[in-house]
Amino acid sequence: MTETLPTARAPRLRPIGRMLAVRVLGTLAILFVLSIVVFSMLHLAPGDLVKTLLGTRPASPEAVAAIREQYHLDDPLPVQYLRWLGGVLTGDFGQSIRLQTSVADAIGSRLGLTLALCGLAFVAAIGTGIPLGVQSAVRAGGVLDRIGTALGVIGLSAPTFAVGLLLLYVFAYYLPIFPVYGGGRGPLDTLYHLILPAITLAAGLGAIVLKLTRTAMLRELDADYVTSARARGIPEGRVRRLALRNAAIPIVTGASLLLTFLVGGTVLAETTYALPGLGTLLQDSVLFKDLAVVQALTLLVSLVIAVIALLADLAYLLLDPRVRAKGGTA
Amino acid sequence: MTGIDVALEGIEGPAGRMVEPLSFGIAPAASLALIGESGSGKTLTAKSLVGLLPPGFRAAGTLRVDGREHRLEQTDASWRAVRGREVSLLLQDPFTSLSPVHRCGPQIAWTLEAKAGRRLPARELEAEVARRLAEVNLPARVARAHPHELSGGMRQRVAIAAALASDPRLLIADEPTTALDASNQAEILDLLRELQHERGMAMLLISHDLGLVRGRTDEVLVMRHGEVVERGDTARVLSAPEHQYTKALIAADPALALDAAVPAEASGHSEASAAGASTDASDAPPLVRAAGVVKRFGERTVLGGVDLDIAAGEIVGIVGESGSGKSTLARCIAGLEREDGGTIAFDGAMLAPGRRSRTPGQMQIVFQDPYSSLNPMMTIGQILREALAVGGRAAAEVPGLLETVGLPADAAAKRPAQLSGGQRQRVAIARALAPRPRLLICDESVSALDVQVQAQILELLGWLREELGVAILFISHDLAVVRRIADTVTVVWQGRVVERGPCARVLDAPVEEYTKLLVAAAHRDRPPRHDHTHSHDHSTDGRTIPA
Repeated sequence: MTETLPTARAPRLRPIGRMLAVRVLGTLAILFVLSIVVFSMLHLAPGDLVKTLLGTRPASPEAVAAIREQYHLDDPLPVQYLRWLGGVLTGDFGQSIRLQTSVADAIGSRLGLTLALCGLAFVAAIGTGIPLGVQSAVRAGGVLDRIGTALGVIGLSAPTFAVGLLLLYVFAYYLPIFPVYGGGRGPLDTLYHLILPAITLAAGLGAIVLKLTRTAMLRELDADYVTSARARGIPEGRVRRLALRNAAIPIVTGASLLLTFLVGGTVLAETTYALPGLGTLLQDSVLFKDLAVVQALTLLVSLVIAVIALLADLAYLLLDPRVRAKGGTA
Repeated sequence: MTGIDVALEGIEGPAGRMVEPLSFGIAPAASLALIGESGSGKTLTAKSLVGLLPPGFRAAGTLRVDGREHRLEQTDASWRAVRGREVSLLLQDPFTSLSPVHRCGPQIAWTLEAKAGRRLPARELEAEVARRLAEVNLPARVARAHPHELSGGMRQRVAIAAALASDPRLLIADEPTTALDASNQAEILDLLRELQHERGMAMLLISHDLGLVRGRTDEVLVMRHGEVVERGDTARVLSAPEHQYTKALIAADPALALDAAVPAEASGHSEASAAGASTDASDAPPLVRAAGVVKRFGERTVLGGVDLDIAAGEIVGIVGESGSGKSTLARCIAGLEREDGGTIAFDGAMLAPGRRSRTPGQMQIVFQDPYSSLNPMMTIGQILREALAVGGRAAAEVPGLLETVGLPADAAAKRPAQLSGGQRQRVAIARALAPRPRLLICDESVSALDVQVQAQILELLGWLREELGVAILFISHDLAVVRRIADTVTVVWQGRVVERGPCARVLDAPVEEYTKLLVAAAHRDRPPRHDHTHSHDHSTDGRTIPA
């Protein structure tokens, strides 16, 4: 036989390293451009910049002068940007006009709750969407599949705030099992308070995961290697795991994109349940033109999305040996 | 009693009865071939024996393995006693029958564990997997490789090891070599034969290719439209077929052309120079002249300086195994790949690498798989109108185009899914002809087709050359097919031209070692026949069979 086997593993890792470096650099470039956009928000915001920065304080000449001094508004723009960027990189996002605290503190005190909410919702969506999707695909056309499809349509089409209100009415008011609003005190109580909001968020997400899983699984179960595995007498459980492992490639790519959907969803869910998280902070800050907070949150959200996209690429490499071999160019 | 006994009472599909009652027996270590074109019910019959019929299909009957009786209509759960232990299935395409994301070792190990009915210690599994790989002549390190890292032949060996890991009494091999090169085909079939004898295992070999079966199976069952039309001893069926259909199948086999060559005729050809691809003394430049074409993919050199001339109206065959670079050369000529070195000239004018420098009227490609090369959402009419528009021709020419490729005018309203494989390939050819190209590139264009349809498409290509004067670059791994259509042939191996010359000379009296190997493999694969079928005119016989 003339065929040769790839014996050395090291050369295969080099293209992966190169691809990683390219992706990280790309992400940094995007964040750089975004920082410029976010910085310009201050200057592009409608209305007088100084008045906005003054907030509710009286606009006396002294106060105006103090503001101009504090924000270095008389410096050239590039200098202002670099100064702002330096602050951002050292964790100094400036002061929140509305809360009269540092932006870092305002965000830091609410970050945990939002992360917990997103995490819970994501776990709930994956934990229900994938098993249901697998079962729907395995028994396509069966009762479970039809129920799954119906649930999927409802989850996809019902807006987050509507689901939230409905759940509130049923499980907090009519059947007072869960609290109506607030974030709770202590880890357990917080978890208790987060259950309904997480379900609300997870509904739409889980529906998409279910659809993704079902479609991917249906395709894989139809593949030759599944027929071949079944014909070899491999138990059905193993065959399904085998198909799911292959289906994981589209599912993971899809699910990682969904994480970014969560970011928008939290604003609605937190508002509906009056949770003191980043979503409500963003909403209030926009209403109050609390620009420093809006800037920081926008930057944070873009950072999160960029990192998720990077992780999704990595997951792809991890899941598909064929892409690994090609160094991620395909 | 030992051996396999099948009494099939029929297979029902959504559109009615697909397979009529049939029965056969296979003794231990013996083999039976099930021959027929696609749609004859041969694959359905095979799948019914492992309970893997597609949804909507239902089989009735019994399968008896060494006296143990299994009903074919049983439910999924009870099939577990049959699958793997009694019957195992080897599929056609080694590129899809292994899971692409798992290493080869575990895929064999699953079968071992399924047979044992429990998890096995890792060390024990590893040793057993290595033993199974050695059985199919693969080194133990293949266990660590992913399928995509292996060649087609190696993958099919892994698939065989996986299918046999449960030590079945019957192996059903469904076109196990159709997707492989000629040299690999023979090796795989001989390997199967060997394994069969070692294990006393019966084999049901399913194929559309009668030539493949010769000398490798004991008995043959010829199926058509779900019915057995002829059965008997392999040698008898091939040498003295009784049924009209079997006779037509034998006549349509392109191996005939390979065997029919008379040595005296060949010696006449061999006077032509070895590099006589363009020996026509005319001063006019050839239609296409590729010189020193180099192509690299990453660090791998796929083409290492290849020259090729195609004269106007000439049919040039390129043969070689997969990975030899023959498709890459065609894609460079078509501008689908950008060559890294060398020049390609069309009609005397240099063409820059890439598609932008080429016009639709220069050349067109017909791809291998007519199932994926046509947009399933468009009607045939839409597909052809689009192609005509590209060539600046009127949409009204669709019926004429269909007629050129031998399709009825009402095909224009249909979608690809409503056509057979052969009809689809005709559409693909019509589409390629729409801009009136001067060169038609056929990249394995008949490899995915049944022998009979293959014969018809080859006939069509020959006719197109006569009528339209179009030159054809015909790429194939199948020497017999190239032999049948090409004027000159170029043998490519590892990105280099090994030998070239008039078709008959190269294939009948090869000079180079590698060409000899290829020809020998093709012959081993289709042992020569010695009977009356020589006198058949295949073109007319081919036509009597509807596509």
